[in-house]
Amino acid sequence: MKRIITVTVINQSGVLNRVTGLLMKRQFNIESITVGHTENPQISKMTFVVNVEDERKLEQLLKQLQKQIDVLKVNDITEKQIVVRELALVKVVSPPAVRSEINSIIEPFRASIIDTGKNVVTFQVTGSPEKIDAFIDLIKPYGIKELTRTGVTAFVRETQKVNTPQLSILK
Amino acid sequence: MKLTVEETEQVYEEPITTQAPMQLNGADVFIETLKKHQVEVIFGYPGGAVLPIYDALYKNPIKHILARHEQGAIHAAEGYARVSGKVGVVIATSGPGATNLVTGIADAMMDSIPLVVFTGQVATTVIGTDAFQEADIIGITQPITKHNYQVKDVADFPRIINEAFHIASTGRPGPVVVDIPKNMATGLFVTPSEDEQEVNLPGYQPTTTPNFLQIQKAAQAISNAKQPLILAGAGVLFARASDELATFAEKYQIPITNTLLGLGGIEGNHPLFLGMAGMHGTYTANMAIQTCDLLINVGARFDDRLTGNLNLFAPNAKVVHIDIDPAEIGKNVPTEIPIVADAKEALEALIALDTPNGNTAAWLESLNISMEQYPFHYQASVERGLLPQQVLELVHQYTNGDAVVTTDVGQHQMWTAQYYKFNHPHNWVTSGGLGTMGFGFPAAIGAQLAKPNAKVVAIVGDAGFQMTLQELSLLQELRIPVKVIILNNQALGMVRQWQETFHGERFSQSLIPVQPDFVKLAEAYDIKGYKIETFEDAKVQLKEALESDEPVLIDCRVVQKESVYPMVVPGTGLHEMIGVKPE
Ligand SMILES: Cc1ncc(C[n+]2csc(CCOP(=O)(O)OP(=O)(O)O)c2C)c(N)n1
Ligand SMILES: [Mg+2]
Repeated sequence: MKRIITVTVINQSGVLNRVTGLLMKRQFNIESITVGHTENPQISKMTFVVNVEDERKLEQLLKQLQKQIDVLKVNDITEKQIVVRELALVKVVSPPAVRSEINSIIEPFRASIIDTGKNVVTFQVTGSPEKIDAFIDLIKPYGIKELTRTGVTAFVRETQKVNTPQLSILK
Repeated sequence: MKLTVEETEQVYEEPITTQAPMQLNGADVFIETLKKHQVEVIFGYPGGAVLPIYDALYKNPIKHILARHEQGAIHAAEGYARVSGKVGVVIATSGPGATNLVTGIADAMMDSIPLVVFTGQVATTVIGTDAFQEADIIGITQPITKHNYQVKDVADFPRIINEAFHIASTGRPGPVVVDIPKNMATGLFVTPSEDEQEVNLPGYQPTTTPNFLQIQKAAQAISNAKQPLILAGAGVLFARASDELATFAEKYQIPITNTLLGLGGIEGNHPLFLGMAGMHGTYTANMAIQTCDLLINVGARFDDRLTGNLNLFAPNAKVVHIDIDPAEIGKNVPTEIPIVADAKEALEALIALDTPNGNTAAWLESLNISMEQYPFHYQASVERGLLPQQVLELVHQYTNGDAVVTTDVGQHQMWTAQYYKFNHPHNWVTSGGLGTMGFGFPAAIGAQLAKPNAKVVAIVGDAGFQMTLQELSLLQELRIPVKVIILNNQALGMVRQWQETFHGERFSQSLIPVQPDFVKLAEAYDIKGYKIETFEDAKVQLKEALESDEPVLIDCRVVQKESVYPMVVPGTGLHEMIGVKPE
């Protein structure tokens, strides 16, 4: 099962290494990871998307992360009300003949054009990973020259509909 | 204040005489801080990157043991830490010095031994340039340390060292590496504020006090149980809780088994003790695990050598697990009642409750009968020759169960665990999790330094001993009276045994027909050597050797074709042990 996990860490050199190294050592597969500092420059937040087999493995993962000295907080936010965002840059083959067609397709995605060449256009699109998948699917037939995605970053929403049960470690 | 490299170098180009009063550098503060932590002995080996540190040590001495290989130094520090309960301190130079420590660091991580390991490093100005003797020891040791640091500011020395000792010795103990670039050791130290020197670890707050509701649940489970069992691991020893363990077991009349590393946590002859469990444990202890209705794990981590096939492990048991490391609870065995706590505090809380006992009399009675029916066994005869088990029984007899015993890794280790019954805790030093050959002898040196008046016996195999025997120099030089007993089967005995059992007796690379003359080897180091070939000789010579106040080496020529039994074959359940009865 896919889980979104946020890890708040002290912004120390080597901490990213320690956390990703730990996941490797314990045989967890990281799908994506984003890191950046928080409102406090000495504290960073990492957002992982990880594939785990079952609840037991998940609990192990959270506990092992929590055990790291520089880790302040670990949260599995998968089942919470969350805002998940990802950014993608997509370079698409776009000769003038089809350019307006492409523009109309991307319109609902609110993607923006950030670079234009003779035959290619680079789009920037942000949103949930599903939205980005859909965007890529639509644009694919025109010929994608280059694509890069940041991986997700996420926030827990202010208001939670239901109190989702958390694992013992998070209580 | 942060000093740039240029500033520090500039300061150091000035002749010292112009500075009054004398200014301290990083290395001076390093030694001072170790003294504040009451470090009584350092195990180390110098080299280029740590020259400033050794210079500071020269001016402001702390006892330093110059091992003959960094691996010897770190295993000695491990032995010292285990026996003394204090943090073992190691220093090595950068590059090869540091990489020679890797096995010991991994060993300490697996067995939760508190170490603070200082490694030299090339100057920060050249880190990352493949400078002479540069190795990325932070990267290398990241997965095998509880935590690691690189000093990047001279002013950080006190705080980093304070934190390293704190992390190594609290919670679940473990090794901490502190990497010291040379220019940090030579850099001028400007005393930071008190605050900046203090431990500041918001992400590290180990829980030591148990949750009372969980304790009550455990007590209730004990009341309801008819066949409860305690599995005590090394967590009991780290928590210094062996008295509480005995009181707890006696109060509720619950039998106890130990993990390999937990031995000594309960007296070897205690009426409630069933012996060690696991791959080469007693049949009774293993059957007790398989048939108990309540399993109370105190400070053990359900290692695979203990559990056998996990799917078949303790099928009827409700599991209580007391551990200071929450990540160990539920890792391998589903746990109904988790208790995150220091073992001592948890046991005290359980003892304090007045929950009525379950009636365990019938259970204890059946276990006693089993103990009598299924003792460890071996077949001795004059024709077969000297057996390792016979040697170990004599060692136990001549030391009255009071010796500090270390072992290496292999058959001799398992036999020692089976036959040496400890009267006291903290006298048992062995490499469990990593199973490091070469550990036993240097560990004995560290143990002897921790307990100068104790009888310290290193039981080693003929192969493992040869991995770190250079430390005989320490016995010679310091007259450290360790008794080295080689159970010499001219083989990588444990490998030989597995090849006999699982690989059709194809003894691939496990027999060593040609060996050094160990007695002459001892003599080369000015140590008295004995060679014992028969049980009759053993009775006389072992006694004499063990009574000596000097270091001795005893080469016991034991039968090669002897296997450790009983045994849980990998992949099978604990109840499926083989070799339970003599053939
Ligand atoms: C450093 C290291 N290398 C290899 C092994 C694998 N191994 C485990 S026991 C053993 C044989 C040990 O032989 P010896 O020291 O003579 O002890 P014995 O089993 O004969 O008592 C070996 C090779 C190990 N545990 N550690
Ligand atoms: Mg051998």
